[in-house]
Amino acid sequence: MAEQTAPLQRAGEPADGSVITADAKPDAAVVRDALGVGIAVGLSGFAFGVTSAGSGLSLLQTCALSLLVFTGASQFALVGALAAGGNPYTAAAGAFFLGVRNSFYGLRLSQLLALPRAVRPFAAHWVIDETTAVTLPQPTRRAARIGFTVTGLTLYVLWNLTTLVGALGAEALGDTDAWGLDAASPAVFLALLAPMLKTTTQRVTAGLAVVLALGLLPVLPAGVPVLVSALAAPVVLFVMGRGMGPVPKDEKHAKDEKHAKDTKVAKVAKDTRTITSEDDR
Amino acid sequence: MNVWIAISLTTVGCYLAKLLGLLVPAGALERPLVQRLAALLPVALLAALTAQQTFGDGQQLVLDARAAGLAAAALALVLRAPFLVVVGAAVVVTAGVRALG
Repeated sequence: MAEQTAPLQRAGEPADGSVITADAKPDAAVVRDALGVGIAVGLSGFAFGVTSAGSGLSLLQTCALSLLVFTGASQFALVGALAAGGNPYTAAAGAFFLGVRNSFYGLRLSQLLALPRAVRPFAAHWVIDETTAVTLPQPTRRAARIGFTVTGLTLYVLWNLTTLVGALGAEALGDTDAWGLDAASPAVFLALLAPMLKTTTQRVTAGLAVVLALGLLPVLPAGVPVLVSALAAPVVLFVMGRGMGPVPKDEKHAKDEKHAKDTKVAKVAKDTRTITSEDDR
Repeated sequence: MNVWIAISLTTVGCYLAKLLGLLVPAGALERPLVQRLAALLPVALLAALTAQQTFGDGQQLVLDARAAGLAAAALALVLRAPFLVVVGAAVVVTAGVRALG
């Protein structure tokens, strides 16, 4: 997209008025993008509510997860591990490892948004796949802030409402398996995973993780096989070592590139965007 | 009680992970090796979770309607369907296969 090529260091400068060129993006367009992602993903909180309640969590526990954890893959992983009989520590560890990627989103976002220190602890709760995917490509700081806020707010409100509805509805649905709702969680994981399978390294990692997870499932306690599967990442990195090009670490250079996408985090986030927003336009 | 322990740990862990990124000076987590690992870790975990929740039943491996549902989701992804359609396809096909079976 052409509007992504604007140098980010111009963001937020008063020169905005004089640069209404292809670089500028109307607020309404940013809001529309943000709403598209926020609403589409927010509605899938219903699947989480049903899955969580179907896994035996109470209404309060289910809603607490969406309100307090608010990072979908971790939530699904946690209830999946608990439903499979995992102990709370391995279940939480698996959910946490999935949440670690948000740290890397935050690194990029903190530069783009330049939030006051006092605001960061609150903004942190919204640092997830979708807000990152919407925020990173914005051409200006103003657009980035609007994108982040609108996506975060829409998604947070909808995700929690639909979680509640799903959890309440789970009982009315009776046997949720008969409705096929036990397939929702692996489908969510697959949708998040698919855009990350671009390189050989990524595919080999995924393949090895699947082999480990399924191979160890019958022999290790519930929850542990997934944690062991995470080792596929360092193992493949070690073995394939120099297979991937170096990741530029100099931010100033990255800003001057055509896109910010040459950093890994930006790439992952951008890819997430392809499943959440591009097709909705 | 176990569930609340898991919820508390996940809440604190995931929040700190998010906050860390916003507070840490750029550079600390920008080493290439750390970045690559961070990019690959979700790949491994998501692949493992997808496989396990499709083919796992307790500690047993099973092949049931969920596999058909996941195949439908994969097809939807290949066709670049939106997020909700992908999840919906998995649910509908799984339910359909069970209803027929």
